Amino acid sequence: MTSAIGARAPRKEDARHLSGKARFVGDIKVAGTWEAAFVRSPLAHARLGAITKPPGMEAQVFTAEDMPDLAPIRCESTLPSYKVSDYPALARGKVRYVGECIAICIAPTRAEAEDLAEAVIVDLDPLPAVADIDTALAADAPRLHEDWEDNLFLTTRHDGDLSEAKARATVVIERSYETARQAMNPMEGKGVLAEWDHRADQLVVHTSTQVPHLIRTGLSECLGLDQAQVRVIAPDVGGGFGYKCVLQPEELSVAWVARKTGRPVRWTEDRREHLTAGVNTRQHRYRITAYADDDGRLLGLDADIWVDIGAYSVWPFTACLEAAQAGGNLPGPYDLGAYACRTYSVATNKPGFTPYRGVARPGVCFAMELTLDAIARAVGRDPLEVRCLNLVPGAAMPYTNVTGKFYDSGDYPAAARAAAQMIDAEGFAARKAAAAAEGRLIGLGYACFTEQSAHGTKVFAAWGLPLVPGYEQAMVKLTPSGTVEVRSGNHSFGQGLETTLAQVACEWLHLDLAQVRVTMGDTGLTPYSTGAYASRGMVMAGGAVSKASEELARRLRIHGAHLLQCDPAETEIREGAVWKGQASVGFAAIADAWYLHPDRLPEDVDTAGLEVTEGYKPDIDTGLFTYATHAAMVEVDPESGRTEILDYVIFEDCGRRVNPMILDGQSYGGAAQGIGSALFEEALYDAAGQPLTSTLADYILPGPAELPAFRLGHSETLSPYSRHGIKGVGEGAAIAPAGAIVNAINDALAPMGAELTRIPATPHRVLAAILDARAAREAAQ
Amino acid sequence: MKPAAFDHQRPETAEALAALLAAGAKPLAGGQSLGPMLNLRLARPDRLAGLAAIPALAGIREEAGIIRIGAAVTHARIEDGDSPVALPPALRQVARGIAYRAVRNRGTIGGSLAHADPAADWITTLTALGAQVVIRDATGGERRAALPGFMPGAYRTALGPAEIIAAVEIPAALREAYWGYHKICRKVGEFADAIGAVALHPATGHVRIVAGATGGAPLLLEGIGADLARTARHPGTGALRLALETALPGADRVRIQLLVTALDRAIAKVVPA
Ligand SMILES: Cc1cc2nc3c(=O)[nH]c(=O)nc-3n(C[C@H](O)[C@H](O)[C@H](O)COP(=O)(O)OP(=O)(O)OC[C@H]3O[C@@H](n4cnc5c(N)ncnc54)[C@H](O)[C@@H]3O)c2cc1C
Repeated sequence: MTSAIGARAPRKEDARHLSGKARFVGDIKVAGTWEAAFVRSPLAHARLGAITKPPGMEAQVFTAEDMPDLAPIRCESTLPSYKVSDYPALARGKVRYVGECIAICIAPTRAEAEDLAEAVIVDLDPLPAVADIDTALAADAPRLHEDWEDNLFLTTRHDGDLSEAKARATVVIERSYETARQAMNPMEGKGVLAEWDHRADQLVVHTSTQVPHLIRTGLSECLGLDQAQVRVIAPDVGGGFGYKCVLQPEELSVAWVARKTGRPVRWTEDRREHLTAGVNTRQHRYRITAYADDDGRLLGLDADIWVDIGAYSVWPFTACLEAAQAGGNLPGPYDLGAYACRTYSVATNKPGFTPYRGVARPGVCFAMELTLDAIARAVGRDPLEVRCLNLVPGAAMPYTNVTGKFYDSGDYPAAARAAAQMIDAEGFAARKAAAAAEGRLIGLGYACFTEQSAHGTKVFAAWGLPLVPGYEQAMVKLTPSGTVEVRSGNHSFGQGLETTLAQVACEWLHLDLAQVRVTMGDTGLTPYSTGAYASRGMVMAGGAVSKASEELARRLRIHGAHLLQCDPAETEIREGAVWKGQASVGFAAIADAWYLHPDRLPEDVDTAGLEVTEGYKPDIDTGLFTYATHAAMVEVDPESGRTEILDYVIFEDCGRRVNPMILDGQSYGGAAQGIGSALFEEALYDAAGQPLTSTLADYILPGPAELPAFRLGHSETLSPYSRHGIKGVGEGAAIAPAGAIVNAINDALAPMGAELTRIPATPHRVLAAILDARAAREAAQ
Repeated sequence: MKPAAFDHQRPETAEALAALLAAGAKPLAGGQSLGPMLNLRLARPDRLAGLAAIPALAGIREEAGIIRIGAAVTHARIEDGDSPVALPPALRQVARGIAYRAVRNRGTIGGSLAHADPAADWITTLTALGAQVVIRDATGGERRAALPGFMPGAYRTALGPAEIIAAVEIPAALREAYWGYHKICRKVGEFADAIGAVALHPATGHVRIVAGATGGAPLLLEGIGADLARTARHPGTGALRLALETALPGADRVRIQLLVTALDRAIAKVVPA
């Protein structure tokens, strides 16, 4: 069966994407639509004075004062010490970052709307900016939020007892690490088109989001509408990665204006807005002390983690998910005896922060993997051996780690060894020596991680989030023509769910993929789902579709058995039909009987019909743990600081692979983004909080020429706790590249005594490290 | 990121163009630098005068030992060698390394020089080749400015009001020059972080070593060039570093290192290290 689970089936969605016929928010045509542009703050921190609208144009310009009925985005959390920030859709009283929305202007075209935005005069009284973590934490720091006693959204602690580790340790490694602030850069930025539908008496909001049902909830709360009065439609979405899993202030303003004026209004984020005003991600700082013995066995880890959150908390993932996850995930796939960690979620005058593909783990993986290499160098052992010594062994599964994470299945050291074999680690020493003889520096680096996927109710409740996902619903129905329709409230923005959910349905219903239509993203058509984040789509929506399809198959066999005049137990489903021996009745005939000729069915027919909605979550809420090892071989040019990736391998286990081809694509894309973090991407701000990387000429993304030909390997350890043994995998490949690549760079630079601890590892940083090491050597002589 | 309103004219003769420029219109060549500036509203001209429809600006010819390349000739035409006279191989090689093909299809050699981005390729390349910039004023009068000199500093040129670049002129003999070029940039298609360019033509005595992407105008290293002409030997990175540190006081050590590397590698293509 080429369309069921496991098939490398071509993607159903590709035809429209490859022929330019996809329908994004920007493609939607609604008669009478006006375009919006925002007046945005030019200052990072200032008191907001009078706003003067261009004379005669007052009806096309709206400020917070015009919107007393629009509640701010307010994200509560039940975590102790958490502080709430009110995030108004349009600034009130103060502005807290460059790019914060101050007014919305509407006009027939975007250019005219921008003309209008330029003509709005805003009085701003500058306040000292809090542009970085150190400034924010200084005792006399200006406060972002006046009613707070400091600039901390949250602090958390793991207070493990390190005394024994300290007493036994013969090796103590101390390091500080930093990861850059990033913009997520989906190809399509944010976009929203709102209109009031008088027939339905509904606000209809087309928006580029990963979480349409959540956006409906958020919009209705802030606008004071009943949820039934809001319909959110996410059409084709050109990438999300976390950027589009939160309620956007622009969604609120556009929806409010559309409702107020009765006119359809659209706003399309441009790249400059994305790079300067959109939420950011990734910026962490670490101080780590690792205790180990002479073999390189980790005995204990003591860490401080700071996350530069920016000015406001996003809804619904809070300002604290990142740091909470960082503190919880730092031990990674390792068997660690003692752990202490403090995290600080710091408020600064920069755009807010959302979880981005990998959520906190790219940072913790970078910190942990560099620390392991530092230990390996200190004890003079191969970094692979030090890893295998510390990784949770397969025999220990399932395993609960030092922060209480429940690793459901797998063999972590086996993955590490498999990656090493793929990259020919054994032959590397000879290769390195040969390169050295030619004056070339090459290095090999590893990074191992686990990817907690599809974690559910109890985990989210423990994080204190306003959203706690429960049972994911899906609807599967037989259409009157005998084909199948699947409806899910989850959404696909590149992950291929239109194909993979159809494959799950085919697993039970044995149809061609073309006979299964998948509808997602429209709150008017689909059952409630908290949406696509946390690598949950395939596990949760896939599980729900599986459960509903199984039930539909059962009902089809009952109807089919009646038509075949046999017992349902004697039937089976094959090739779109119910069979008993050589006799069969096609789904079309069953559909015809149910919808158009019920006279052919018995009097006591099951009235539930051929439309099934089921709810699903895995047997455990703690998540299914995908795991992998990445290995990178690089050459560093010590004269130009340039790093070239010579080889890159990923050995991964994500349980059952529903569509191995789509999985490969997810791995390529995730690893490309990870390479962006490792070598290129950095959103810079000056001390006044002004963004310095406001176009793609300054914010460097890797292009095809900068990416290696990734080589992938897999094992398939089925999760005992999920339908079909599936584990989530969407985020994973973005987690490890920075760790693997910088370890490889440091391996290459080791002879020069240089070591990098900060990403991106730009040529500038590599050269500076080399020049510093050279100066230190010369000073020592 | 939409531009403020402007008027866009496409004159077909040099005279019509001159009239527009005299009235304050801004030339628009390939739009690959001006376009983004318009969109960011950093440039706000009321009127643009397109150069693409004027045949005289798009010609390439050779006369009296001089190759004359019209200002509106695109990077792509140079890359492809789409020219009635053979172009110096150096030009084709440099063109191929500018931006991406989509940008090269529209971006022009004259636009690049007029924009005078210190990190751009042509300004450094043409300095190394000893090119002259042909400047035309509103009356049709022509004058020439040599490289270096045409570009006194970042984003500044010798162009006066209502003047345009009509062409660049390169000695035809330099077709046979030894040529070394090394561009260091973050990724394919990016502007340079450092450029080294070397042109050596013993028969005419032409020797030029130029550091580009210095943050300002391309830097002609005359002393290093003279030594190279005399010894036909690679000067070594120590001498390059010293020359750069002297010429660029206060430059960041990493920038100096990148320029040393770019020059070192460009020179190594001409004379072995
Ligand atoms: C993504 C990208 C990458 C790039 N990478 C590189 C690179 O690697 N290396 C590089 O060198 N360049 C690069 N560029 C710049 C590119 O080469 C441009 O084409 C060039 O700088 C400007 O040429 P243009 O014809 O597009 O000029 P325009 O953008 O039309 O004009 C630029 C300026 O020059 C003026 N002007 C134009 N023609 C004349 C004339 N004949 N006389 C007087 N004034 C004139 C205009 O009024 C304007 O002020 C890149 C551009 C982009 C968009």
